[in-house]
This record gives sequence, structure tokens and C-alpha cells, in this order.
Amino acid sequence: MKAFFTRVFELLAGDAQADRAVPPTGYTARLTLLTSGAMALLAVFALALSLATGRWASELAQTSTLRISAPQGQMDAQTLAALEVLRTTPGVADARALDEDEQRALLAPWFGPDLPVETLPIPQLIEVIADGDGYDTAGLRARLAAEVPGAVLDDHTRWREPLVEAASRLRLLGFVSIVLIAGATGAMITLAANAALAANAQLIRVMRLVGARDIYIARAFVRRFTLRALLGAAIGTLIGTLAVLLLPSADAAGGFLTGLGFQGWHWLWPLTIPILAALVAFVATRQAALRTLQEQS
Amino acid sequence: MIELDNVAYSYGGAELFSALNLQLAPGSFHFLTGPSGAGKTTLLKLCYGELIATCGQVRLFGQDARNLDRDGVAETRRRVGVMHQDCQFLDHLSVAENIALPLTVSGQTTHASDLTDLLGWVGLTRQMEQLPPQLSGGERQRAALARAVIMSPEVILADEPTGNVDWEMSQRLLTLLVELNKMGKTVLIATHDISLIRAAKAQVSARVLRLQDRRLQLAGADL
Repeated sequence: MKAFFTRVFELLAGDAQADRAVPPTGYTARLTLLTSGAMALLAVFALALSLATGRWASELAQTSTLRISAPQGQMDAQTLAALEVLRTTPGVADARALDEDEQRALLAPWFGPDLPVETLPIPQLIEVIADGDGYDTAGLRARLAAEVPGAVLDDHTRWREPLVEAASRLRLLGFVSIVLIAGATGAMITLAANAALAANAQLIRVMRLVGARDIYIARAFVRRFTLRALLGAAIGTLIGTLAVLLLPSADAAGGFLTGLGFQGWHWLWPLTIPILAALVAFVATRQAALRTLQEQS
Repeated sequence: MIELDNVAYSYGGAELFSALNLQLAPGSFHFLTGPSGAGKTTLLKLCYGELIATCGQVRLFGQDARNLDRDGVAETRRRVGVMHQDCQFLDHLSVAENIALPLTVSGQTTHASDLTDLLGWVGLTRQMEQLPPQLSGGERQRAALARAVIMSPEVILADEPTGNVDWEMSQRLLTLLVELNKMGKTVLIATHDISLIRAAKAQVSARVLRLQDRRLQLAGADL
């Protein structure tokens, strides 16, 4: 491991004389910067989508609703009884009754924002969140039937499963996109490296004639392309992360599709993108350089 | 040091030379002459591992050139200083950087005082910061010689070193090569320049080889 870090440090520190020997080639430098920047930007969005859909699938799988329909005078008592049943049910992580504002917000898309919820005979909703293992649905229904006759448990099975499936597929698509982006970055950098090597054929010939090893020549190109990819990807990642940061928050809009941003420690994930880009550039350029040097001999 | 044993070389099926034998002993001084296209440059390339013989064996410092891997060839080239006919400089580097290039690529430190001494020896101190395209023909050849010797190689190969310079500069280059030979270096010069050979024989004990009609032979007494 120490040797690995030593080599990484040597690569980043570079050799000023070797850098001087290989002149910078303008358009391949710009191409590498632009490609890695654009790909990093797309990778941030793909990563945000993957992580968000992962959350959606998890949230959908763990939520259910308890609906209490009871005469006005019994509503509070049955609500309390239902909450007590839920509190003592293994596998239920949290349960809370929605207040009037939340129920009004749920109905607002159909009835408008000024609905007088308190005057309408609408059922009380309780949001139930299961823990990782979930609860025994049949057992909970039986207890509710005995202790809270007005309660109906809806575990969202009918509509939840296709949504969980869709969220899982979206997540997979996000990860596939990241892999494709890495592959496309590698391909573009390989092309740029090949162009740079072809443009420097005479330089390579002279360096060989004076005793340069292939690895020495390759290293000069690899270092340059790795650092360019790292810089381009860092800029792309910064822009992408800022764009995700500026998305409307889920709380403000209260909707489903707005929760695309990173949450908690997931904000650290974009930091891996420039490192991944540099790694892809390192491998792609090294392979291209050694192959070209072999062919040119 | 460098031995060619029954060597042949063909370009695209056409045989350039065959049954060629040559031994460059330590400290020896050889001239290689012959008509244009006879294969003098090819023979030099065989001597520093740029080409591999079609037949026969080339031994570089005791190792069969055919068995050298790519790193082995690079190592061999550090022991052979080559003055190319067209000098082969990197035009974006200064004269001093070009001369120091063999040290750079082998990971060795270039000591400024050594480099200054070398530049003084070939008379290029004033031109050290110039770029190669700014040099005259003679200056380029002297810079090529300085680059060829900076690694203190055991063998120096020069391909038409006086091809593009006047008589005075030819003499100056010859003097430098003779000095190197007197320091124990093995020297092989490929040249058309008969007057250069005659001038050298007055200064050093040199063997003259003629490459002609696909064969290598010792030149006659007139040389």
C-alpha cells in the first residue's frame, strides 16, 4: 500500500525535466478537459438519480397508512387506540396521525387550498413506518379489527410494488449510466492520447534513440492526461453538485420527483467522481501509450 | 564490445548485405566507407539495436541483440553514443537541454558544471540557450557529438558527421572524435569523406572498412 501511495505521489509530483521534454499539445489538452468535465457533470446527475431512487424504493417499501372512519365523537378515542396498538406492534418503527394541515395538503390538488377539513366527515389518516424487517400485516389487521373497529390498514401493496420496481429500475439505470460515462470517458481520453502520441512520433523516436525506456515515455503522457482529467472532472463535479444543490427542496414542493438531491453523507459521493475520472484516464492513457510505443518500434 | 557475425540484412526481400563480419574492440577507431545506398547507416543501426539482422548474430556488449527486450535495447543505447546524420534534436528544447537529454531520460542528475565543461569542449557555450533550428550545420554536429558523449559511453558511432560542414569544421569534429578515442572510447565513423579519413590517419591508428557489393572488406592501402 505504501508503495502504491508513493507511486501516486510521484505521478502527481511529476518530473519537471520529463514534462519539458514532451511539449503540450493544445487541442488534446482542451479535449480531455472538456470531455472529463462534461462526463463528470453527467455522472453527478446519474449518481443523484441512483441515490434518490434508492431512497424512494426504500421509503415506499416501508410506509403504509391506517385509515380510521368513525363517528365524530369516537374519532379521537379510536385514533389514540390505534396509535397504542401500533406502538406495541413489533416491526413498526414509527406511527403518527396526520394533522389537519397535512390532510388539507393531501386533498388540495382535488378540492383547492381552502378546504374546511374540520367540517367534513373525512377519515383520520395515520402514517405507519415499518422498520427494516417490517411487521406482520395479518396479525396487525386482526388486532385492529378487535380493538379499533373503524380502522382500515392499507399497506399500499397494489400500487407500491410497481413503483418500487420502477424505482429499482431507475436506480439500476443510474448506475449503468455511470459505468457508460466512465467507459465513454476512457474511450475519448484514449483517442486524445493516441492523437497526442501520433503528433509526437518524432519526439518519441529521439527519446528512444538516447536511451529512454517505454515506461519513461509513457509516464510523461500518462501524468499529463491524468491531471487534465482530474482537473476537468473536478470542475464538472463542482458545477453538477451546485446544480443538484439548487434543485427545489422536497419540503418546499411537497412532491415526489423533487427529492433528487443528495442527503446526509451522500453529499460525499460526488467527491469520488474526479478520482474515478483520473483513474480511468490513467488506465486509458497508459494502455494507449504502451500499445502505441510497442507498435512504433 | 560490438560483434557482427555472418550478418545479413534485407529491406523488403532485397538483400542489402550478407556474410558480414565485424568486431569493434575496446579503444579501436574504425571508418566505414562505401557508395551511397551500400548500407552504412543500416550497419550502424544494427550496432545500436535499432534494427535486427535478418541473418547472423549481432552481439552488443556480449548479448545477442535478438534476445534483448525493449528495456535491454534502451540500456544498450545508453552505452552507445550516436551522432545521427540529421542530428535528431527536439526543437522545442534548448541546446543544453538537448545535450542533457540522455541523462534526463535515464533519471540521472545533470550537473551544471559538467554540462558547461562539455559545452566548452565542443565550443557551444554561447549557444547553450538557443534552440536547435538557430544553430548552423557545424554547431548542430558539435551539439550532436556532445549529446552522444554526455553519458560517457563506451562506443561512439557517427553517421556522416561532416556531411554538412566545411573543411575547417570537419577537422574540428575529427579532432574531438580523436580526443575521445585517446580517452579509450571505441569510435566508428561512417563517411564518404576520403580527405577526412586521410587526415585522421595522420592522427590516430584507424582501420578503414569499405562496404561495397554487399560485402564488408578492409580498404586498400590508398586509404
